[in-house]
Amino acid sequence: MDFLIFKAPMLMVQASLDGILLGILFALIAYGMALQWGVMNIINIAQGDLVILGGYIAYTIYLWGIHPAWGVIISPIIMFFVGWGLYKLVINKVVDRDLFISILATFGIAIVFQQLMNFIFGADVVVAQSEYGTTMLFDNSVTLPNSKIFSAFISVLYAVALVIYMKKSRLGRAIRATAQNARAAKILGVDTEKVYAATFGINAALCGIAGALISITLTLHPYVGLPYTVRSFMIVIVAGLGNLPAVAVSGMGLGLFEEFADYILGTEFRIGAVFLLLVLILVYRRFKLSKKREYLK
Amino acid sequence: MNKIAKLFVTFISAITLALVSFTSSFAKVDGEYIVLGSAISLTGKYSSNGVHTQNGYNMAVDRINKMGGVEVQGKKYKFEIIYYDDESNPKRAAQLAERLIKQDGVHYMLGPYSSGLTKAIAPVTEKYKIPMVEANGASRSLFTKGYKYLFAVLSPANQYLEVAIDLAVEKNGGKGVKIAQAFEQDAFSQDVRLGILDAAKRTGSEIIIDDKLPKELNDMAATLAKVKAVKPDVLVVSGHTKGALTAIRQISEMKVDVPMLAMTHCDAAKLSKQHGKKSEFALCASQWHKNLSYKDSFFGSGKKYAKDFQKEFGYDPPYQSAESSAALLVFKDAFERANSFDRDAVRDALVDTEMQTFYGNIKFGPGGQNVAKPMILFQVRCKGDDCENRVVAPTKWASDKFYHPIPKWSERS
Repeated sequence: MDFLIFKAPMLMVQASLDGILLGILFALIAYGMALQWGVMNIINIAQGDLVILGGYIAYTIYLWGIHPAWGVIISPIIMFFVGWGLYKLVINKVVDRDLFISILATFGIAIVFQQLMNFIFGADVVVAQSEYGTTMLFDNSVTLPNSKIFSAFISVLYAVALVIYMKKSRLGRAIRATAQNARAAKILGVDTEKVYAATFGINAALCGIAGALISITLTLHPYVGLPYTVRSFMIVIVAGLGNLPAVAVSGMGLGLFEEFADYILGTEFRIGAVFLLLVLILVYRRFKLSKKREYLK
Repeated sequence: MNKIAKLFVTFISAITLALVSFTSSFAKVDGEYIVLGSAISLTGKYSSNGVHTQNGYNMAVDRINKMGGVEVQGKKYKFEIIYYDDESNPKRAAQLAERLIKQDGVHYMLGPYSSGLTKAIAPVTEKYKIPMVEANGASRSLFTKGYKYLFAVLSPANQYLEVAIDLAVEKNGGKGVKIAQAFEQDAFSQDVRLGILDAAKRTGSEIIIDDKLPKELNDMAATLAKVKAVKPDVLVVSGHTKGALTAIRQISEMKVDVPMLAMTHCDAAKLSKQHGKKSEFALCASQWHKNLSYKDSFFGSGKKYAKDFQKEFGYDPPYQSAESSAALLVFKDAFERANSFDRDAVRDALVDTEMQTFYGNIKFGPGGQNVAKPMILFQVRCKGDDCENRVVAPTKWASDKFYHPIPKWSERS
């Protein structure tokens, strides 16, 4: 236990801002996961690997001499088609099946993606440079990398745009209808096959944006996808499906919690603390559910 | 099973059988060839360093064979290596080691890449009493298990950054310093940490931050914020290439001012290339540098080795390649002194190794580690956007003066 953070109030500010900024980025990935989980009832283990692939797209354009920030536009476009193709190739065969089958299928996709990325981009850890500089607050005692602020801003922007799109557009309405009742939507003329493909594409595009942001804020490596999958899974579990604002709050909350756990318990317990919290939340949910009166819907 | 599937299975088994009978015709010595075996990471997360290792081995095999090969009992032999891809997976590496020994009849092994994989293979080679010269497993725990057939040409991990602490103390007028450290939780980095703990004790230094970074961590902001608050004299970071790249990215972004920053894996991370000027003044531990003045009759000097390597493979050799080449020189020397292909005779000859190679002096301690070669430290220095690594310690080989303290970020252009 270390209480350094309570002795230095500036550290508390630093930790809170770091946690929130990172949490927003994670929330974006979780947002995609919640969307396709809710619509298609698929837990996508390859989520993190889609993120990393998106990052590598941004890194590639960086190598071509284009500023990596353009990745937040180019990467989602490419990733949308990757997602669409992935749906047509694999996911459509498991979409109505047991949840376990979909986990197996996406686990397979994850392995294939990792190996492919390793093959194409090499096993070295890489970073793209945004050269955005740093914002210094309170006489340089709190520092915020502008790349992190940029990534949080872009994440919020895309998230808001998506919420509006889901509410207003035809496809958005079709997606929501399918999520509520796929059979009824089909009967009423919604092409659910197309909706599923689009949903998976949108999820992949969101991963692409997050990946591009990660390439300028953190590091990329073909095998670091899994932590992003786990993180977004947790955020979705905490927030629940179909509740997109809750995903944002839970993303930031987890980011904050993690950062404070790091300061107080020590870095080695950072991830452990998050998992412990997850267990507690699941137990609490179960407890609450058991108190509800059961009835047939 | 339908007909086609049956046919397929028969076909595959026939091929497998054929391959097995073919490969087992290899033995320890096959005609004029001495056959060595190595499981190496050609795919998976260690594949880049695996390839560096393989290139180092191949470079030395070619050179030794071209220069007359190995003379045993008056007859000249050439080296040949059987490689298998261990997919960066310890379990697979151990299986492949068994396969090399039992099926391919290999009697002498070269090490894989990384401490973890060497740890997986060592019990196998030990069980079959196969001498293994390894060049890429530095973890201290490899040398405390009492292995009798394991020989490492590199310095153990705990020595990586000890020199850095000595240097910091020296700059502090011989008084102890305040150390902040962050290490990944893997065998190698934790060994580096033990070395720092020893050095701190020896010099009366105080460790004020001691963070253990999780393996999947790519964000060190919390550790660095603490560093900013407590102002240590030296910051030590070790977490493979990811740790090095993350540290430089966030230190520069968060404008963390420390008088001295010491790291591992800068070379492998291509730190100065990826981060440019931001990485300037970082102090890095290395097993080898081409400017060192060691010499041998095969590669000449480090500089010449680097030139030849560049010509053959198209890139500057990282130390992983150099140490791998050195492993072959050690084997050649041992075969010639043993003047026999008896495994135990070769093993005894390896124990008595005392030689200089372009990579450094080699003499094995009781645990199999190389005790004759010190670690070196280089510092990243830049002219404009052009950055290079310059040796600053130990003083005997230093080509440049150690720049201390690191200027504050506000004073850096």
